[in-house]
Amino acid sequence: MTDPTPMPAALRGIIDDFAALAGQDKLQLLLEFAENLPALPERYADHPELLEPVPECQSPVFLITEVDRSVTPAVARLFFTAPPEAPTTRGFAGILREGLDGRPVDEVLATPADFAMQLPVADVVSPLRLRGLSAMLARVKRQLAEATRAGA
Amino acid sequence: MSVPFDSDPSLAAYAHPERLVTTAWLAEHKGDPGVVVLESDEDVLLYDTGHIPGALKIDWVLDLNDSVTRDYVDGAAFSALMSARGISRDSTVVIYGDKSNWWAAYALWVFRLFGHEDVRLVNGGRAKWIAEGRELTKDVPRPAATSYPVVQREDAPIRAYQSTVLETLGRHPLIDVRSVPEYTGERTHMAEYPQEGVLRGGHIPSAVNVPWSKAAAEDGTFKPRAELEAIYFGDAGLKADSDVITYCRIGERSSHTWFVLTYLLGLDKVRNYDGSWTEWGNSVRVPVAQGPEAGTAPVAVSA
Repeated sequence: MTDPTPMPAALRGIIDDFAALAGQDKLQLLLEFAENLPALPERYADHPELLEPVPECQSPVFLITEVDRSVTPAVARLFFTAPPEAPTTRGFAGILREGLDGRPVDEVLATPADFAMQLPVADVVSPLRLRGLSAMLARVKRQLAEATRAGA
Repeated sequence: MSVPFDSDPSLAAYAHPERLVTTAWLAEHKGDPGVVVLESDEDVLLYDTGHIPGALKIDWVLDLNDSVTRDYVDGAAFSALMSARGISRDSTVVIYGDKSNWWAAYALWVFRLFGHEDVRLVNGGRAKWIAEGRELTKDVPRPAATSYPVVQREDAPIRAYQSTVLETLGRHPLIDVRSVPEYTGERTHMAEYPQEGVLRGGHIPSAVNVPWSKAAAEDGTFKPRAELEAIYFGDAGLKADSDVITYCRIGERSSHTWFVLTYLLGLDKVRNYDGSWTEWGNSVRVPVAQGPEAGTAPVAVSA
């Protein structure tokens, strides 16, 4: 049986990376994603009001997406910001950024909504905290869907 | 093993100053025999970004809550948790955390459910330690396992169930420590926090709203006793012998207020209703009040 909505390759790779680890090592990997989340580019750093809040997360995290049509097919750009005191949230943002930034928009839109549930970290961060990741992905997809409709 | 209390004058006026230590005391005593330092944060990764040297992590979801039943861990699980962290029944456990010590107070409250005697909070928590430029490390200590006894959890003195709240409604003061919009019913969760699926907004009739943060100073330490008395005895109308129940959304912010009333003001009949609004606001046929008024408790309520 084939998976009806395949996981984008980079996200699949991240799932596999976490699955290969146990306990504290999973947390260390999540921490690396948190530490490697890039800062906002200037055009957003100077205009935080352009970013969308994610109230489902326990910490203040904001995101914005762009559709880059200079290439074919058009690709998605993802930008996140979250404070250093919220490393779990930063880690989730870092995963989405690494897995989806620069990927074709259609591929991002087809990302399974249950990606967070497939990421094997519930045992180290709790299912409760994973809701924030689901909410971030949902908002990324909604923004991209709106931009795609507007640009069509 | 006897670890000295912190005799810092900033703590002396509180009813039970032995429940608090200053960051300076911690810096001096964190390596003393018999002392175990724990960090309890909202964010499960925060400890791993750097913590007070020698401190171990304890997580409110993964370590203290049962993963199946909505309840705290049982005596066997608590014993295993303590043993793995090198804690003995007579250890001095010193807890600090983020967010003005919400989660540290919550952990301390759970320690008290198990009757662990010597457990203290670091006044000002993680933020104050960092603001003072004190050392952090990523080194995780590996304590030798201890043998912690399996102790029966004793909920009754400091924990209230929904049935207790219903039975005592209108007779004992209730303190709702959530934000004003949560109390009035405008909102069912904290701003910026997850919507945890509450079907009704508002508060338990007769509950007085004293947001938890009123007890905290800017730097995350507790306000001086006189100011706390003005808030809880003056504005909220509590008395030194009041039989009080505190609640919030899931029992974490109300642990902070439970700590204030019990150890800083010396009330000895304070219970934390951890079911809080995520239980009450979803329950069928329990009374709910909306708006800024406390409202009156209906007579003879039964669930």
